[in-house]
Amino acid sequence: MDKPVLLQIKGLQIDGRSGDTWSPIVKGVDLTLHKGEVLGLIGESGAGKSTLGLAAMGFVRDGCRISGGSIEFNGIDLINAPEADRHGLRGKRIAYVAQSAAASFNPAHRLFDQYAEMPVVHGVSTAAKAQADAIDLYAKMRLPYPDQIGFRYPHQVSGGQLQRAMTAMAMSCRPDLIIFDEPTTALDVTTQIEVLAAIRDIVAQFDTAAIYITHDLAVVAQMADRIKVLLKGAEVEEADTRTMLSAPRDDYTKSLWSVRNFARAVQPAAAGAPLVSVQNISAGYGTALVLDKVSFDIHKRRTVAVVGESGSGKSTAARVITGLLPPFSGQVLFDGKPLPASYKSRPRELLRQTQMIYQMADTALNPKLPLRDLIGRPAQMYLGLQGKALETRIRDLLNLIELDPDTYIDRLPSELSGGQKQRVGIARALAAEPQFIICDEVTSALDQIVAEGILRLLDKLQSEFDLAYMFITHDLATVKAIADDVVVMQYGMVVEQGPKAEMFSPPHAPYTELLLSSVPEMDPDWLSGLLADRASALPAKA
Amino acid sequence: MGFVYTGLYIALALIVAGILSWLFRAALVTVMPRQTARALRTAPLTASFGMLTVLLYVLVALFAPLIAPFAEREVVGAQYLAWEAPYYLGTDALGRDMLTRLIYGARNTVGIAFATTALAFIVGSLLGLWAATVGGWVDQLLSRFVDALMAIPALIFSLLLLTIFGTSVLSLILVIAAVDATRVFRLARSVAQGIVVMDYIEAAKLRGEGMWRLITREILPNAMAPLVAEFGLRFCFVFLSISALSFLGLGIKPPTADWGSMVKENAALITFGDITPLLPAGAIAWLTVAVNFVVDWQLHRASGLKE
Amino acid sequence: MNAVYRMIGQRLLFGVLTLLIISIVIFGATELLPGDLARALLGQSATPETLAALREQLGLNEPAYIRYFNWLGAALQGDFGVSMANKRPIADLISSRLGNTLFLALYAAAMSVPLSLLLGVLAALWRNSLFDRTANALALSAISFPEFFVAYILVFWLAQAGFFPSMSNVNATTGFAERLYLCFLPALTLTLVVTAHMMRMTRAAIINLMAQPYIEMARLKGMSPLRVILRHALPNALAPIINVVALNLAYLITGVVVVEVVFVYPGLGQLMVDAVSNRDIAVVQAIALIFAAAYVLLNLLADVLSTLSNPRLLHAR
Repeated sequence: MDKPVLLQIKGLQIDGRSGDTWSPIVKGVDLTLHKGEVLGLIGESGAGKSTLGLAAMGFVRDGCRISGGSIEFNGIDLINAPEADRHGLRGKRIAYVAQSAAASFNPAHRLFDQYAEMPVVHGVSTAAKAQADAIDLYAKMRLPYPDQIGFRYPHQVSGGQLQRAMTAMAMSCRPDLIIFDEPTTALDVTTQIEVLAAIRDIVAQFDTAAIYITHDLAVVAQMADRIKVLLKGAEVEEADTRTMLSAPRDDYTKSLWSVRNFARAVQPAAAGAPLVSVQNISAGYGTALVLDKVSFDIHKRRTVAVVGESGSGKSTAARVITGLLPPFSGQVLFDGKPLPASYKSRPRELLRQTQMIYQMADTALNPKLPLRDLIGRPAQMYLGLQGKALETRIRDLLNLIELDPDTYIDRLPSELSGGQKQRVGIARALAAEPQFIICDEVTSALDQIVAEGILRLLDKLQSEFDLAYMFITHDLATVKAIADDVVVMQYGMVVEQGPKAEMFSPPHAPYTELLLSSVPEMDPDWLSGLLADRASALPAKA
Repeated sequence: MGFVYTGLYIALALIVAGILSWLFRAALVTVMPRQTARALRTAPLTASFGMLTVLLYVLVALFAPLIAPFAEREVVGAQYLAWEAPYYLGTDALGRDMLTRLIYGARNTVGIAFATTALAFIVGSLLGLWAATVGGWVDQLLSRFVDALMAIPALIFSLLLLTIFGTSVLSLILVIAAVDATRVFRLARSVAQGIVVMDYIEAAKLRGEGMWRLITREILPNAMAPLVAEFGLRFCFVFLSISALSFLGLGIKPPTADWGSMVKENAALITFGDITPLLPAGAIAWLTVAVNFVVDWQLHRASGLKE
Repeated sequence: MNAVYRMIGQRLLFGVLTLLIISIVIFGATELLPGDLARALLGQSATPETLAALREQLGLNEPAYIRYFNWLGAALQGDFGVSMANKRPIADLISSRLGNTLFLALYAAAMSVPLSLLLGVLAALWRNSLFDRTANALALSAISFPEFFVAYILVFWLAQAGFFPSMSNVNATTGFAERLYLCFLPALTLTLVVTAHMMRMTRAAIINLMAQPYIEMARLKGMSPLRVILRHALPNALAPIINVVALNLAYLITGVVVVEVVFVYPGLGQLMVDAVSNRDIAVVQAIALIFAAAYVLLNLLADVLSTLSNPRLLHAR
């Protein structure tokens, strides 16, 4: 790199407070960023990447402190500079784009006013000039109606558009550096593409340097010139993007790269009568129709992945099957017999057959009950186990989910890690000895390596206990890994369904095609290629 | 000059209170089991001051006959005697010993307020948890009914009910408990509503758990922290209401020793520069401040743990 | 905008409905009596003749719903019947006192609302500072004190030394300035009590928002702490703050009861306390209805204002 150095972080240490004690979050990280360069920061949750990104602005969250090292931006010492100087830099020279634009725009002000705030307060521009500039940038970010969208309030604009408006806002003072903190994590894959493309263009156009923080390798591959991998607050390795992707040096990096290799063994084709048959279900809340004549089957020992973006109705389908939401019309058959519409009128034996594993293990486990009660209760209730037999059963279940019974049996959920909690959720479902388990986005709140472990466990248990799974997810990588059959949903309807092999090979329904092509790949040229393909496929817009 | 001395007295009292609270906290930390002790160690001085005060009041209330120099209703001398032995705090309008009546007041006033709060609390929180758990028309019916009752200011509603049922101690307890139960209901319901939407409640329902077990095992343990804090706040509120009513002559009636009515009986002295009538009022204030300090600490702790 | 009008219309309708229910509760409360009102009033001294006469006088021989509509209809026209204690029309008793009570409440509101908002914002701005801690501890204490305690302390300090009168005996001829002077101590008492509460809630409403991502965003945009609070937090904290202010203003109107008694102020509260002691039920009902109406109207106003402060409702998608 022959360009001048813009940001230089040396031996940075940041502590976070828990109770009375300070524990390190960032442990002596070095970082060098040149003008106009994009650095990808990648790591799992707890890697300290957001903390490091904020520190590049001389900012630490409440309850954190910088305990060592130096941060130098354009020759200014950000740690020791007076607070007023840092205020002057933030927004003007270094800007920030947050993960959730919907939460990071102030609901009380119009987009224009929030755009103009930085240029006006920092004395760069006037409100009128800033507004004209905003319209220009909104157009560059390919926002619809760029001259009008700024008059809207945040709640009147969609998530993907807000994320672009936030990037435009970050550009309002033409900063030297922008910190992107997981800007597309909260978006659906099809929306993500547009935002990624817009961010990449504008950063290149103004030759702005950027730190791009994400946990998604494929995304960072599209955006960054160089990639730095973090683990538990320390650097693992750093290299330019192509080298990092093709030849990672460290074992941890290699394990991150290999996560996507897990795939369930190919199963024989479905045969016989389905265990669960969803027939022509229409359902919704009040008068709003969320599910429109949905039908699909789930066979014994098979996994049906129900895929769709937010609002597609996939979770509602699960609520109908469990009886939480009686449908307007249609029925669900279990083992050939119709299930009563409401769970309240289902006998206990039927309730036992269908168990549920939730996305957020935090809210799915009663925080006041120890594992003994959490796992033991279904066994006690459905199978009538008591005393010694119950204790043995709980211990067996803990062994099944690979948690040591002696250590964990009396722990509360708050004393477990995210992955362990999800395992307890699985044990609770197994304790009922069901035939059918609904997994609702069970891996989407977890880090990739942990998620991988959960998928492997679910797969092992499936063959061991002849289970049928309904696997709800928005993530096509997960579908590839675990599904036997796939159901693609959009706007409450089934767009396409069939065995996995068929679904992942052309021809596709148009929506499936869009969905499949939108999933980022680990190839740094993927985004450019895709955009070129789509541009040639579509007639040029006026 | 009076102000200077008052300021000095207040400063001195604060220092003494601070030292006592510190000692009390140190004592508690050594006496209590480990889990509790760890929580106590982080308690601010205000909170340990509050706990010390509550303990003191409970002891005085329990052992009132042993501590008090005279009998509760005994006329021991002339009216309005000065602060001299054996009447350390003088005598009241009827010549009864002030100190004795203050001590018995701890038993009567605090006892009645506590019983009222407990009643309001049991009724209000059980109904509130039930309404939130069942939902549907039961919840709607109960909530709208409570909304309508709560649209009438508490003190005014109490006065109206007391007019009708008369101003005996029993009707006082029932009336205040009924009025306050509506407030407890609303809190318990909203706390439970936050819990009912959790996936673990959905899981328990799908498991086929009955209503009683759902409330006692799944909801109540998670609602405990805000409910305990609410009990403290409710107690303060009830205590102040009862004192206000007694002060207005509509609550606990003489000759029962009660702090609110003691202020009323002796109020005339204040205009003569005698602070004796402020003592029972101060006794009320001291306890409510103390309880509030403890509640504040608990609320702060609960919100801190959530992060 | 239509959604907002519809919402405000709904609130108004709901307010009227609430008032109607309250009037039923206030009227119906007398029906809870064991026996009836006449028996309760006469107590031990009841003879069949006196009971019958009193029932006739009170109209107790009519069915309850007829009496309710008669009572409500008359009340809406300002006729609350006759006091049982002194046989004077209740409307006459109330009219002059209502003005006095409102004056005192407004007086206290004019002092406490600006003061508490200012203190609340400052405490939020300098949170965890010495100022914040002191203000909080004082506010907590002020909330915990019984009103008569605060009142008598003020009397002891300020009236003893002769700065202000300890009795606020105003009458129809008292001038405005004189009134302000005479009512200073009761107004100050009320101010101390409600300021503490409003200040705490204002601070809490603002601090609740400080963990919001858009507040962090504002800080990362390089905005000063004061601007973050005034421009980014306060507009979003308006709804809870408006509600707290309304709640406390409503409290001022009803909370005057104790303060009026301490300062022997000729307001509605005094009258109500006397009526309760005499079990003069018609007077109690009339005053309860007035207080409840004021309370409901204030809450209604707060509801409407906080609806208007929410851009999500004001600017529909």
